[in-house]
Amino acid sequence: MATEETTPTTGLLGWIDQRFPLTKVWNEHLAQYYAPKNFNFWYFFGSLAMLVLVMQILTGVWLAMNYKPSAQDAFASVEYIMRDVDWGWLIRYLHSTGASAFFIVVYLHMFRGLMYGSYRKPRELLWIIGMLIYVAMMATAFFGYLLPWGQMSYWGAQVIVNLFASIPFGIGEPLSTWVRGDYVISDATLNRFFAFHFLFPFILAALVFVHIVALHKVGSNNPDGIEIKKGPKGNRWSPTAPADGIPFHPYYSVKDIAGVVVFMALFLAVVFFAPDFGGYFLEKPNFEPANPLKTPEHIAPVWYFTPFYAMLRAVPSFAGTQFWGVLVMGAALVILFFLPWLDRSSVKSIRYKGPVFKAAIAIFVISFVVLGYLGTQPATPIATLLAQIFTALYFLFFLLMPVYSKLDKTKPVPERVTP
Amino acid sequence: MKKLLAAFLLSVAPAVALASGGGAHLDSANVNLSDKDSLKRGAKLFADYCFGCHSLKYARYERVGTDLGMSPDDVKRDLMVAGGKIGDLMTNAMGAADGEKYFGTVVPDLTLVARLRGEDWVYTYLRSFYVDEKRPLGVNNVVFPDVGMPHVLADLQGVQKAVFTDEKDKDGNPHKVFQKFELVTPGKLSPQDYDAAVRDLTAYLAYMAEPVRVERVALGIKVLLFLAVFFVVAYLLKKEYWKDVH
Repeated sequence: MATEETTPTTGLLGWIDQRFPLTKVWNEHLAQYYAPKNFNFWYFFGSLAMLVLVMQILTGVWLAMNYKPSAQDAFASVEYIMRDVDWGWLIRYLHSTGASAFFIVVYLHMFRGLMYGSYRKPRELLWIIGMLIYVAMMATAFFGYLLPWGQMSYWGAQVIVNLFASIPFGIGEPLSTWVRGDYVISDATLNRFFAFHFLFPFILAALVFVHIVALHKVGSNNPDGIEIKKGPKGNRWSPTAPADGIPFHPYYSVKDIAGVVVFMALFLAVVFFAPDFGGYFLEKPNFEPANPLKTPEHIAPVWYFTPFYAMLRAVPSFAGTQFWGVLVMGAALVILFFLPWLDRSSVKSIRYKGPVFKAAIAIFVISFVVLGYLGTQPATPIATLLAQIFTALYFLFFLLMPVYSKLDKTKPVPERVTP
Repeated sequence: MKKLLAAFLLSVAPAVALASGGGAHLDSANVNLSDKDSLKRGAKLFADYCFGCHSLKYARYERVGTDLGMSPDDVKRDLMVAGGKIGDLMTNAMGAADGEKYFGTVVPDLTLVARLRGEDWVYTYLRSFYVDEKRPLGVNNVVFPDVGMPHVLADLQGVQKAVFTDEKDKDGNPHKVFQKFELVTPGKLSPQDYDAAVRDLTAYLAYMAEPVRVERVALGIKVLLFLAVFFVVAYLLKKEYWKDVH
């Protein structure tokens, strides 16, 4: 991806370019970054995820200007933001809705990768960096959820931190106490969670930077799963660029603007007309201040964690410990890291994969959705049985992938990208 | 592929229906937060009947006055029954220990009750007290069994008794099912006027739980109209740039 531009810049830009590679960076990553011309609907979600991250950081900083991370004042300071701070209600709803929106766009972004084989060679590291972003996001969301100091904040954090306590060999209890900084979730826990909630977005931003560096090294995949760099060379802008590539800027920058407008319309419709989203984005018990002496009837994490929470509850306690559920939940996340090596298909994109892979991916999506639903519901015997079945299906999708992806019939892949 | 898309979208936008928290049927509160007269009547009712025990400690008198269209003098006369300054938070003298002493429980702050329990709950709850000699204060509530508070609005509603029928649940255990209320002693208000008064009070608590709600929806409409126009421009720009990509 060498810069073809050789004309030296002049004036202020020239002065900067002699000291900092501004024009070079602009060209390599935007004006002369050649992306496949056949991106479809699913390719909006990467840039949307970056937009939401920036929005979360900005609204988060402004919230932090009025929020007080103490058990005594936290809940009241959130209501102060909602009532007495100019536009505080809007900043807070943007942030609370933004957390859910972040997971929605990232889940869709990951699903895109799953469909078109964007994790396959040479993009294994790109996928792994993406997974690290996902894990860092989960941590950020978890820390942030304690901050309003409502009943669900408090008891949700209590349940999750207690997971550490199930680790055997006498490690669990001291570890969970160390994480909390106390024997129960308390002021000390709130203080450190606030510190981490402020720190993690910077780690996220750094990981996103690395994710894009890796992407621009290997080039973007596309819905056909064809390497445009291996195809014919030469387009209107450069004789050495891939023939099926178009410069990211202005083509995809203007396309993404239209996508951003549609996304913002949906997102702001929630912010302005249904910020609670029926109790899914802002849970009703969180309108009551944390009370360490009163356990809510039904504790459920926010919707984006519920598939994993359902897996945790699906595993029965065995040999006197709940630790197996924690292991299964962790494994559900870890197994995603190995996806690049589990898929042995000769083609990347679902467009040219056979019926078995398509069925497998459908079962996987259904399992994830059903587990997500079950995680919001109280654990009845029938719900637990369903959760066990769908947890098994979730894992089988990955564990059997080396077999079915290899055996499955594939269709011939065209030479050039199709519109 | 369409099915996959549909399945995935279902996963990320869960149905906006939450199972109700079990228990009694709730009547629809049907409040109108744009009706400032209703909100003012509700505010006065709250100040006269509820505020002695229940604080609204996250709200300020001045903001309530501004939002409801009340002059500072109106606010002082009608809402600030506990005195104080107009910029103060709406607290009262009832401490946690007082509640334990008088009612056996902490008296909850009601600023956010309409968001915590829902407007329909508040509306139904305030109309569901009935005579029950077994309770220390002589009343019980269908929506909140064994509630610790007295029926403060009894002089308006009057006294009603509840009619239950004995039924068996699916495991064959007998239990009582609420059928209807019968007015024993009429109050100052007719049943229709009492319902209207409780609706005013519910509207006030709904406003109190989220003072910005009316403004939020009004602003949202403008923002979406702007985005609709912006989309046309953005789409035409995209189309113009992309016409040479084949």
